[in-house]
This record gives sequence, C-alpha cells and structure tokens, in this order.
Amino acid sequence: MALLKNNAVIDDPFADATGRETIPASGPVLVDLDQWQSHREQLLQRTEPVGVKLRSDQPPESIAEDLHSIALIALEFPVFRDGRAYSYARLLRGQYGYSGEIRAVGDVLLEQLHFMERTGFDAFELESDDPLGDMQVASADFGVWYQPAADGRLSAVQLRHRAG
Amino acid sequence: MYRYDEFDHKLVAERARQFRRQVKRRLSGELTEDQFKPLRLMNGLYMQLHAYMLRVNVPYGSLSSRQLRKFAHIARTYDRDFGHFTTRQNIQYNWIKLEDVPDILEELAEVEVTAIQSSGNCVRNITSDHYAGRARDELADPRVYAELLRQYTILNPEFSYLPRKFKIALTGSPRDRAAVALHDIGLRMHRNEAGETGFEVLVGGGQGRTPFIAHTIREWLAPEHLLSYVESILRVYNMYGRRDNMHKARIKIIVNQMGLDRYRELVEADWEQIRDSVLKVPQAEVDRINAYFEPPEYECLADIPDELNDVRARIPEFDQWMSANVAEHRVPGYSIVNISLKAPGLPPGDMTADTMDAVADLADRYSLDEIRVNHRQNLSFVDVRQLDLFTLWKKLKLLDLATPNIQTVSDIICCPGLDYCNLANSRSIPIAQDLSRHFVDVDHLALVGDFTINISGCMNACGHHHVGNIGILGVNKRGKEYFQLTLGGSSDENASLGDRLGRALPQDEVPAAVETIVDTYLAIRLDGERFLDTYRRAGIAPFREAVYNPVQARAVA
Ligand code: SF4
Repeated sequence: MALLKNNAVIDDPFADATGRETIPASGPVLVDLDQWQSHREQLLQRTEPVGVKLRSDQPPESIAEDLHSIALIALEFPVFRDGRAYSYARLLRGQYGYSGEIRAVGDVLLEQLHFMERTGFDAFELESDDPLGDMQVASADFGVWYQPAADGRLSAVQLRHRAG
Repeated sequence: MYRYDEFDHKLVAERARQFRRQVKRRLSGELTEDQFKPLRLMNGLYMQLHAYMLRVNVPYGSLSSRQLRKFAHIARTYDRDFGHFTTRQNIQYNWIKLEDVPDILEELAEVEVTAIQSSGNCVRNITSDHYAGRARDELADPRVYAELLRQYTILNPEFSYLPRKFKIALTGSPRDRAAVALHDIGLRMHRNEAGETGFEVLVGGGQGRTPFIAHTIREWLAPEHLLSYVESILRVYNMYGRRDNMHKARIKIIVNQMGLDRYRELVEADWEQIRDSVLKVPQAEVDRINAYFEPPEYECLADIPDELNDVRARIPEFDQWMSANVAEHRVPGYSIVNISLKAPGLPPGDMTADTMDAVADLADRYSLDEIRVNHRQNLSFVDVRQLDLFTLWKKLKLLDLATPNIQTVSDIICCPGLDYCNLANSRSIPIAQDLSRHFVDVDHLALVGDFTINISGCMNACGHHHVGNIGILGVNKRGKEYFQLTLGGSSDENASLGDRLGRALPQDEVPAAVETIVDTYLAIRLDGERFLDTYRRAGIAPFREAVYNPVQARAVA
C-alpha cells in the first residue's frame, strides 16, 4: 500500500489506530468516528495532528463542529462503485471550507483517481506497483472539464465567457 | 441544432481516447471485468445475451441528417445492417465487438455524437419534447436547458458512481410529450404568478418494479438556478440513496422512505449554500447556446387547408396519414410529420442502414436537415412545408414509413425482450409484431383513435408497460411465457400507472384480449372520449368481465 500526496509517494506520518483498543499517547494519529466521539476531549487536546476516518455511510456532518482541529480526513471507498465519498469531499471543501488533507482510502483505483482529485481529495492510498505512474495516466486523460468542482479548474462555461 | 465548439470537441475526443486506453487495460488483464464494467457502461457498452450492445445518445432527441448517415454507416460497418431506436432518445446496436468500440466512438465523435453515460449508475442522456421549438402550445424552448444539463452532467466527478441510474427529462409545453413525471428529475416549464418563466421541479418518478409518479419538490425555480438545484438533488441522492439493494436504489425509493418533505429540506439546505456559486448559469452562456436554436429562416407561407383537403378527398390513404401522423407547427405553412417505425409485422423502432440513409436524404430535402427521435420509438420531421406534404408522403410510403398509426393501437412501444436481453422473462418483440399484424385496418385504427400499448419483457419495464393505456408485461410461469395486462396507464401531463386486469395470459391469447378491450371501449365510450377517458370513467370492471368472463359479459350486454 502506498500513500500518494503532492505527486510523491510518502511515508504515512499518521499511526493508524482505527479499530484498535488503545490510541497511542503521542504522535500523529488516525482514529475512526467511534473513537473520535468517545475520546473527543482528549483528542482535541493533543498538540500533534489527529485524523479521522469516515466510513462511506458516515457523512462529514458528524464532525462538522470540529473540523478546525482535524488535520486529516480519510474517506473510505469500501468498493470503488460506492460513490458517496465524492460528495463528502465536495461538501468538506465547499460548504465546510475544510483545507486539511482529504485522503482516499479503501478500494482506490487508477480509473477513479481523476474524479477523486476533482472532488477535493489530495491524498490517495493506492494498492499499486506504480502509484505515481497511475496518477500520471489518470491525470493525462482530460484537458477540458464541463463543470466546476473542488479542484479550481475552470469549466468550459467559465472559459467560454472569461472577461477579456 | 447545437454545434460543438472547441471545448466540446476536445472533451469528446479525450473521452474516446480514454476509453481506448481502458479497453486496452481490460484486454491485457490489468482491469478485471468487475472493474471494467462500470467504465464500459458509462461508454454505452452493455453485455447482452449474445453480444455487446452499444447504446448511443441522441441528446434531447435532436439529430442531423449527417448524424443519421453516420448511424447508418456504423450499422453497416460494425453491426448487422440495422439499429434500434429506444424509448430514451437513444439508438442501440446489438451486435458489437468490444475491440471495435474505440473506433466507433471516434467515428461518432466526428459528427458530434457520443455514447457517454448512456448506461451505468450515472446521469443518463437528457431527454425532452421531440417537438421542442416547433410545437404550437410551447411556452419556452427547453433545449437550451437540456444542453446546459447535458454538459453539466457529462463526466461529473461527483455523480459518476451514484446508487443507480438517473434520468432527467424536460418539457416546455403544457402538453407533456416527454413523460417528465416518470423520470428521476422532471422539469416542466411554466409561468409563476409574476409571469416569469421557470421550472416546476419534480423528483422521484420512475418505472421498473416499483413504479412511481414523480412529486413536485419545487413549484417554481428560476432558470438561472437550474444547475445548482439539480446538483443539490443529486448530492442528497448520492449521499442517502440506498446502496444495499439495487432494486431499492433509485431516487424514488429514498424519496418515498424519507418522505418528500424531508428530502426537500435536505435539498433546500444544501442549495442555499450553492445557489449563488459559479453554478449560476451566466446569461452569456444561455445566449450562446440559444443562438443554435434560433428558428431557421422559414419561407413566408400560409396554411393551405383547402389544397390539402382536395388531395385528402381524392386519396383516402393520404387523408388517413394526415390525420394520424401530421401535427401542427407554430409557423404558418409548415407542419410536423411523424415517421412511423411501426409498420405491421416489424420490430418497433428498428431501422436498416439503407432506410436511415434514405430518411437522411428526405430530411435534407424536406425538413431542413433535421430529424427528431421520440420516446415512442418513432422519428419526426419538424419543419416540413405543407406544400411538400403530399410528395413526402409518397416517398415515405415507398420506404414503408408512412403507416398512419401514430398514437394508435398499433403504435406500440416495445423493449428488446428475450430476443436480446439477458434479464428478460419473455420475448416482447413477437407480441408487438402479432398485435401490429392484428390491427392493420387503418379505418379501424382511426375509429379507435388515441391509444398507447406498451410492452416490457420483464418487470424492469424498459417498454414502459406501467404507463401504456394497455400495458403488457412478460412474466414467467413454470418456465413458460405469460403476459400480464394492465389498463389505464398514461405518461402525459396527467400521468397514471396502469391497473392489473387479471391473471396473466399465454402469448396466443394476447391479441384477442387486446381486441376485446378495444371493442369494449368502442361499445361503451361516450362522444369524444379517448380510451383513457372511458377507462377513468367506467373503471376496470367492464374490461375485466369482457376478457375473463366473455359468456357472462355477452349475456349481460
Ligand atoms: S424490460 Fe426487461 S426484458 Fe425488456 S429490455 Fe428491460 S430488462 Fe430487458
């Protein structure tokens, strides 16, 4: 499993404590929503970054209040066909104004990377021999987009009517 | 018609190239069939009983003669010389090879046609009134909004993996020819109290195994907010639509479970946040698209009822065709001509490559190069000079395309059924063929008048049986094909779902049962009543009696 961020394969700085009995006392850590809710006070006091992982049936509304204290939100694709997380990412980037890391985890595959990136994901946990190559292939498909999304690319409509 | 600009061209070319890459990855084994399936579906490629089927979009039903010629070419080069027009303003090719598909998509792209999202759990081809821009009763032309929605939904990154397929239809006329109440989103243009034109927005309509007529989620929406409002409806659906059971995954189910009010609350809350975002449709874009839909330069002509009546008096066949297949145009001296793809004995909606070419030639000559495809599996020429009607009729007749049966008992909607489809319980095309051979007497068709018969080969309802005046559904009983009849369905502005007539019938009893229903209607109808009116007044009892208890029914009568 490789973690891809900003066009580089990196070591995951977060210790994955999801589903575990105990949460490490120090260091950046990733917890699940249950853990977040039951240990919220302690987790909010940590000085090191905390991430929360949401299953695809857990809309980000559940952590909306705390987003400013959460450095990473991992959104799970239990199977690549389950597209709920695309909307969660858009809500986080749009309505909630979240600027931390949004990481795609689970069944994350080359053919969906571009949609993920467009909806606001900026980190990808990929099962692949060549994650960088996959990202390059996925990003090379399109040079024009019909609708605005969370990636800041201008849509065809915006380009057609750009002032000047 | 809308024409692609550089952006449209680029995107469609890129999409075709992307699919070539995906096919390559599939053939080399890098993609499993499970991973490839949604990708091919979103490029229109379906696995049927015997081969791949490719479904190509005709956005909002509008087709140029050049595009139709390309359809003929595809049929000839890559298929078995024919194509099949469906109920969703699509054409389907039934015998396609996977390796050919990237080439076909590139050929289609040359004439600005795609198969993008004609299948799959995404937003499908946007459909609309096939008389758009030409109908006399039209309030506003819906095509500009259909085109905006087409672009907005194509490759939408957020909504490409929805719980299930998603269909949007629009109408700009009070007379609904696009069945908008049977769509996931239906958009109906009308005026608010201030006299401004906008949309009534409906959600949650659909057919399939659990049919629903759509509910109004918003009475009036300003056109500039169309995209943001649709986005909010889609977002709520994407987040809350059911994914545990594909038969419960359409928006109609979640709207029904949640309740319309709750669904509306969620939509409106989301929409408040985005209504004034970049999704607000700029007037410049509306104007740009609208320019393509400017009315053509019509000649200054007058209606010619007297001349036409002369010919009609002399030639009864022409008269029958005029009554059944020709509709009013908004411009004097012009008419709309419906081309029946339902000649007796032929599979509804099928067309050979040669016939497509011939129709394209006729469109050049008699209909300003444009052809419309409608949801009843027929075609229309929407700009025919009345002076040309007689000549055009003769030419259509030579092609067997002038059967005077539009919106009559033999104008049958029919899904592919067991001849092609791997979900089917029964065949459906042979039933349609039997019925169309049964009802060949055109005087009788005219006497019976306004009628719809819709046939589906299974409860997925691709043949819209729920909304046929007579619906026919193929069921499987102990390994044998039977047919369940429903009565009273309608897909127009007063949409309704049909009621079950009684136990299912074997195939050879279907034509007689339909005939009995028709005869019963003729016997009890009041002056000026269509079948639907009679049914709504008299109820199902007289029809049920006549079909299942013929002896008693006759004794009483
Ligand atoms: S209604 Fe059933 S048989 Fe007919 S095309 Fe649809 S799935 Fe196939």
